[in-house]
Amino acid sequence: MAHTTPAGPAVSAGPAPAGRSKRRAGTGRRWLEIAVFAGPALIVFVTFVIVPVILAAVYSFFNWNGLTPLERFIGFDNYIEAFNDPDFLQAIGNNFTIVIASILIQGPLAIAAALLLNRKLRGRAFIRAAIFVPYVLAEVIAGLSWNLLLSPNGFVNALLEMVGLEEWAQPWLANPDIALWVMFWILTWKYLGFAILIMLAGLQGVPEELHEAAAIDGAGWWKAQWYVTLPLLGPTIRIWVFLSIIGSLQLFDMVWVTTRGGPLNATNTMAVYMIVNGQTRPGYGSAIAVILFLISLTVALVYQRLAMRRDLGGAITRGVR
Amino acid sequence: MAATTTAAPAVAKRRINWSSPLIYAVAYLVVVVSVVPVLYVWLNGFRSNADINANPAGWPNPWYFQNYLTVLGSDRFWGSLASSIIVAVGTTLGVAVLGIMAAFVIAKYDFRGRQGLYAVFAAGLMFPLTVASLPLNLLIRNLGLHGSFLGVIIPQIAFALPTTIIILVPFLRAIPDELEEAAAIDGASRIGFFWRILLPLSMPGLITVGVLAFIGSWNAYLLPLLIMAAGGMPQNLWTLPLGVTQFATQYSQDTGAVLAYTSLAMLPALLFFIAAEKRIVGGLTGAVKG
Repeated sequence: MAHTTPAGPAVSAGPAPAGRSKRRAGTGRRWLEIAVFAGPALIVFVTFVIVPVILAAVYSFFNWNGLTPLERFIGFDNYIEAFNDPDFLQAIGNNFTIVIASILIQGPLAIAAALLLNRKLRGRAFIRAAIFVPYVLAEVIAGLSWNLLLSPNGFVNALLEMVGLEEWAQPWLANPDIALWVMFWILTWKYLGFAILIMLAGLQGVPEELHEAAAIDGAGWWKAQWYVTLPLLGPTIRIWVFLSIIGSLQLFDMVWVTTRGGPLNATNTMAVYMIVNGQTRPGYGSAIAVILFLISLTVALVYQRLAMRRDLGGAITRGVR
Repeated sequence: MAATTTAAPAVAKRRINWSSPLIYAVAYLVVVVSVVPVLYVWLNGFRSNADINANPAGWPNPWYFQNYLTVLGSDRFWGSLASSIIVAVGTTLGVAVLGIMAAFVIAKYDFRGRQGLYAVFAAGLMFPLTVASLPLNLLIRNLGLHGSFLGVIIPQIAFALPTTIIILVPFLRAIPDELEEAAAIDGASRIGFFWRILLPLSMPGLITVGVLAFIGSWNAYLLPLLIMAAGGMPQNLWTLPLGVTQFATQYSQDTGAVLAYTSLAMLPALLFFIAAEKRIVGGLTGAVKG
C-alpha cells in the first residue's frame, strides 16, 4: 500500500544546486534541456493523474451516465444522495472499523513480534523471508486463497472438525455477523509481516549501547523495551500507523475478490461502493471518489498535525539511503 | 510472553538470552501462520476434486498432477503471464526513464519553478489511483486505449512517478557537483554528464524504484479490471490477478484447477521476491526509516 502514501505538507526539493552560475550562458539551450528532460514526465503525470482527479471533482456535480453530453448539473445532489444512502454510511463505518482495528490489534502484535525477533536467531533470514511471503502476494491472489480456505467445505472448517470443534464450522465470509472480522483477519494475515519488518528496521536504529546503559541502571528487559526502545521506535510506529490508515481507507482489491462487499453490505467499503455504482453512474461514483479523497486527506492531515509533525520532514522525502 | 517477564531480571544483565525456546515458538508460530495458507493452496493443487471433497484438510493421496498440467497446457495461463510481464516491464521502464530524467532536472538544474515542479509531482502522492479511476477509465476510452496494454501501462507510469521522483531527487542530489565540474573540464556536456556519470551512479536508486514499480504493476487489479476486462480485451490477455479471478469464477466447481491456477499465479511473485528480497525490504525500510 506504500504507493498510495499521501505527501507530507512541506515537501521541498532542497536548496538550489550550487556552483552553476558560470554556465548561465546559453539560457535558451538550458531551457530546452529542462523541457526535454522534465517535459515527458510532466505531460504524462498531468494528463493521467491531475486531469482525472479534476474531472472527478467536475463530474461529481452532474447527473451523468458517462455516455450522454455532460449537461445535467445538479449541484450537491450526488453528495446528498450518498450521505442519505445507508449502504454508503455502512461502508464508511466498515472502513473506519478496519482502520481502528488495524491500529489497535495489528500494531501491538507487530511491535511485540519485532521486539522478540530483534536478536540473533538461528534461521533469522528464513524467518524474515517467510513472514514476508503474504505481503509479496497480490491482494487478489491472497483473497482468492482465503476464499478457498474459508469456503463452507474448505480447509478451515475441515480442520475444526478434525479437532472436534465442528460446531464452530461455518460459512465464514457468508455470515454477515462475522464477515467483517474475517476480512480483518485476512488483511492481518496479509499485512502483519510488512508491519513486523518495518518495526524491525526501526529497531535497527536503536543503538545497542542504550540497552546496555539501561541494563546497568538496573532496568529489566521489559522496562528497557518500554522506556528505551519504544520511544525510539516512535517515528517508525507513527509512519506505519499512517500507511495503515491510508491503506484501510482505500481498501478495494481484497474485498472485491472475496465478497464484493457482501453479505448484506457487511464488508462493503467506500471504494467498492464507488466502483459498483460508478460503472453506470460516473457522476455519482465521482462524488463518492471525492468523498473518499476528502476523508483520506482530512484523516491524513489531522494525523500528521497530531502525531507526525516532527517525523515527516525527513521520513518520506529523504527517501532511500 | 508472560514467561519471559519472570526470566527478565536475570537475563537483562547478559542483555538477552539468545536461545529462549519461547522466542523460537513465537517466531515459528508467525512463520507457520504466514506460510500454511500458501502451502495449502500449493499442495491441494496436487489433488483430484474427489480427493479434496472427501477431506479438504488431507494430504495429496495419491499425488495428482492433472490440475497443474491442465493449467500449464492452457493458453490463458501463458497469455496472462505474458500480459503481466509486458505491463510490468513497460511500466517499470517507463517510470525509470521518465522519472530519472525529471529527477535529473529537479536535482541538478537551477531554474525558476524548480520547487514548483517538484511540488507538483509530490502532490501526486495524495491522489491514489482509486480516486481517479472512473474519469481515468473514461479518458482512456476516449483516447482509444481501452482494452490495450498501453491503456494500463501509461496510467500506471503516471501514478508511479511521484514515489519515483521523490526517491530519486535526493539520490541524485547526493552525487557531488564536483563530479560534474570535473566532467565539464574534461569536455563533457551536461547530457554527456547525465549519460556517462549520473546514470551509472544512480543505478542503486533506479533499481529500488524499478522494483517498487514492478511489484505495484504485477499486483495491480483495479486498473486492469477497468481497462482490460471492461475494455473488451480477450480473456487470455488479461494480467494474472485479473485472469486468476476470472478463472476462479468460471471454474468455481473445479476446485483443484482453481488451486493449481492460483498457486501458479503466485509463483512469479515469489521467485521475484526471492531474487530481489534485499532490494524490496531495503526499499521499504529505507523509505520508512529516512
